[in-house]
Amino acid sequence: MRWLWIFILLLPGLAVAYEAQPLTANPQAEARLKALAVELRCLVCQNQTLADSNAPLAEDLRREVREMIAKDMSDKEIIHFLVTRYGDFVLYRPPWKLTTTLLWLGPFLLLGVGATGLVFALRRRQKKVTDVTLSEAEHNRVEKLLSEGVHRP
Amino acid sequence: MIPEIGHYALILALCVAVVQGCLPIYGAAVGNSSLMAVAKPAARGQFLLVLLAFCCLGYAFADKDFSVLYVAATSNSQLPLHYRLAAIWGAHEGSLLLWMFILSIWMVAVSFFSTRLPEAMLARILGVMGLVSVGFLLFMLTVSNPFERLIPAALDGRDLNPLLQDPGMVIHPPMLYMGYVGFSVAFSFAIAALLGGTLDAAWARWSRPWTTVAWCFMTVGVAMGSGWAYYELGWGGWWFWDPVENASFMPWLAGTALMHSLAVTDKRGGFKAWSVLLAIMAFSLSLLGTFLVRSGVLTSVHAFATDPKRGLFILIFLAVVIGGSLVLYAWRAPRVGLGGSFALISREGMLLANNVLLVAALGSVLLGTLYPLFLDALDLGKISVGPPYFDTVFLPLMTPAIFLMGIGPLAQWKQASLPALAIRLRWAFGVSLATAVAVPWLMGQWTPLISLGLLLAFWILATILVDLRERLLQAESGSVGGRLATLPRAYWGMVLAHCGVALFIVGVTMVKGFEVEQDVRMNVGETATLGGYTFRFDGTQQVNGPNYVAARGTFHVSQDGREVTVMYPEKRRYFVQNQTMTEAAISPGLLRDLYVSLGEPLEGGAWSVRLYHKPFIDWIWGGCLVMAAGGILAVSDRRYRLAWRRKEAAVPATAQMARPTIS
Amino acid sequence: MNRFLIPFGLFIVVVGFLAVGLTLNPRELPSPLVGKAAPEFSLPQLHDPEKVISSNDLKGKVWLLNFWASWCGGCKEEHPVLIRIAQSGEVPIYGMDYKDQRSEALAWLKEWGNPYQIVAVDEPGRVGINYGVYGVPETYVIDKAGVIRYKQIGPIREDILEKKILPLVRELQKQ
Repeated sequence: MRWLWIFILLLPGLAVAYEAQPLTANPQAEARLKALAVELRCLVCQNQTLADSNAPLAEDLRREVREMIAKDMSDKEIIHFLVTRYGDFVLYRPPWKLTTTLLWLGPFLLLGVGATGLVFALRRRQKKVTDVTLSEAEHNRVEKLLSEGVHRP
Repeated sequence: MIPEIGHYALILALCVAVVQGCLPIYGAAVGNSSLMAVAKPAARGQFLLVLLAFCCLGYAFADKDFSVLYVAATSNSQLPLHYRLAAIWGAHEGSLLLWMFILSIWMVAVSFFSTRLPEAMLARILGVMGLVSVGFLLFMLTVSNPFERLIPAALDGRDLNPLLQDPGMVIHPPMLYMGYVGFSVAFSFAIAALLGGTLDAAWARWSRPWTTVAWCFMTVGVAMGSGWAYYELGWGGWWFWDPVENASFMPWLAGTALMHSLAVTDKRGGFKAWSVLLAIMAFSLSLLGTFLVRSGVLTSVHAFATDPKRGLFILIFLAVVIGGSLVLYAWRAPRVGLGGSFALISREGMLLANNVLLVAALGSVLLGTLYPLFLDALDLGKISVGPPYFDTVFLPLMTPAIFLMGIGPLAQWKQASLPALAIRLRWAFGVSLATAVAVPWLMGQWTPLISLGLLLAFWILATILVDLRERLLQAESGSVGGRLATLPRAYWGMVLAHCGVALFIVGVTMVKGFEVEQDVRMNVGETATLGGYTFRFDGTQQVNGPNYVAARGTFHVSQDGREVTVMYPEKRRYFVQNQTMTEAAISPGLLRDLYVSLGEPLEGGAWSVRLYHKPFIDWIWGGCLVMAAGGILAVSDRRYRLAWRRKEAAVPATAQMARPTIS
Repeated sequence: MNRFLIPFGLFIVVVGFLAVGLTLNPRELPSPLVGKAAPEFSLPQLHDPEKVISSNDLKGKVWLLNFWASWCGGCKEEHPVLIRIAQSGEVPIYGMDYKDQRSEALAWLKEWGNPYQIVAVDEPGRVGINYGVYGVPETYVIDKAGVIRYKQIGPIREDILEKKILPLVRELQKQ
């Protein structure tokens, strides 16, 4: 009888489906890897990020980055490691350098130039164009034309 | 035999194009009506010839004619028919034929729908389009002939790239090209206006519908490209700021700016020279896109097989067409009249501020795309410019533009008052801000960016409601329905298009803010929970496709105990090119997408699986479709329909005299 | 007139860059290690796994480090050139077997010939990463002080050998 009770009590345990395990042992490190890898360029499949690429070199580099994360290296140090070996090409976020100043400032310069240009153009136009005032009769004629449309014989 | 007919048709088309490019423009310059009248039949003749060539190539694909080099390179005997036909534009040579075919479609459309245009203007427009087609036909016939023979014929073809064996391949390139090539019409209008010296509000009125329709196609084309990448590429992204994606986005930005600038030119006769420049820019960016994809100058996943000879040809063509247009612009534009004046704070002022922002955004995308090339050419090193740059730069430029989208339609023409606008809009701003702060907080995750995105989206919707309410109050008394009916379709088109933008912003904000992902190892029978949904993996089985073999996984998805859907992601191996492809399973929904992608097989029948819950992601593409619908609605406005319906004789060129100072 | 020419001016600049771009290769990645000390390594030898080959052993002479693998097509392409260099005796070549199987590498060398003085085995590819290798074959010219002087990406062609590598090697050997 005792065995029957034990069996009945254990039954629910058999009904529970197993929950899938995360692919990696350390989700936090993996999240850090993902955050870094999404901004790095795969050197073989050069149109994919290091996070997405399936190339063997990409897997090797992800392994290296994981190991560096495990060694408690900072993001900056990890990026420095990769840049000393592969150059700035590996970074999707161009670093701030003399050669990239135009790149980073360019958009805002464009905006500034455009806005200034607009203001100047409008001022220049206001000086040049004189408004023509219509007489009452002319105004009525315009109204009539606009409402009827242009008819031609 | 059939390929030779196609080839010959292209040669004939080139001859017709030369005639079409030269005679009407000359005729318009000297006032010779019979020369100008050559334009329409030439355009229609070219259409028929290019259509014939296109059909010949299609036949070669349908018939599996592997003695044609292009067919052997992009097709295969096991490839299903619809993909064999889509393979027409699967690689460089065929896609050029598609470009040419679509150009001829636009040419013939212009020849039919322009009865009200003065003959000189129409002659010049078709003439310019003819000159563009000369360039493309020459390019095809010299270095990119799709009809080149392969002797001896291949036993079987090399197959279409498995990534392209997808319904998206059937629709996305034609839609996109309709947009790219459609801007050639706006371009031709602009050049015709510069050549003829008649640059007035009427020109803008004629140009607008063509520009808008091209823009609608472009919107759909770019959105489709993004949607296709999302479900095809297997890692859930939808925009990579890839050089070729940028190459399609830049003309879209220019086209949007052009549409808004033409509104000013049409209504107020102002900023004509600027509209002309934008029209030239939009098409120039289309041509630049063509160059970037085919020249090998930038690495891109979309790039066709490259050849420096081809790149050089396109570059020279680009230099001649755009350089010539810009020289013409520099020469003729200064003489163009100025149109009515207006204050900085006015609807015109805001539309032009929108232009400045769009062009600055456009310039930034161009800068980012070409910068690695600049540095490499100057021997200053190799860098990469990717999504982190574009995302950082694009958002600050677009945010003010979206704010203006709310204020602009409410501002009066010519002169508006900022304090008065602020009072009218204060409730709209308050409500938008409050909702934007509250919603993410209630959903459990608040960041400034999510709120900013929602603020912009709600702002658009709230200001539309304010504007609508004001217009209804101003309309002549009657029922609400009657008053709504008096509002012109062009207005509704604008409302719909701007709503589309709001939907798009909601989609982007919610996905980026609330998307969740899980990488799990799943044994058969195991479950994973994500975003309130439970996924149960029920193993894989082998499935045979027409030209591939796949491992198909089965996932039962349930929510709160009830089964919602079953998903079947696949891992396919295509025989011919021996490539492995991931086909993600997507369960689309109005409020969320569920996305399951198989990774690698592990021991014991287990698989590594990637699961995503993406809220509101379909609003991204839905928003784009709504934008395009708004454009179509605007084009169906009364004034265009009336103009088209009226079968009056075309107004002779001499009678076109718009008085520059009357608005 | 002047400000209306600005678009044309900008355009000409862009076209100029694009024209230069046609002569460049956007996929090629020059090495940031040129002019810097060659990363040290200490690896088992292919033919004698008990023994170790270290980069320090090679200081004091000019040498070539060639990354290769038995699965690499380009390596077959450049192989005759490497054999020629080895036979001429001008400069020693040391091989780095990159991410390869030992048995396959040995079989490959047996079939095609062995131009290397010693072959090091970099099976996990870590040394490759230290050298910034992103594809094979890649070859480094290293001077007597152990500084990398030149990196060849891809197979060494005859003309590159004659025009770039050998002159450099000769110059470095005089130092």
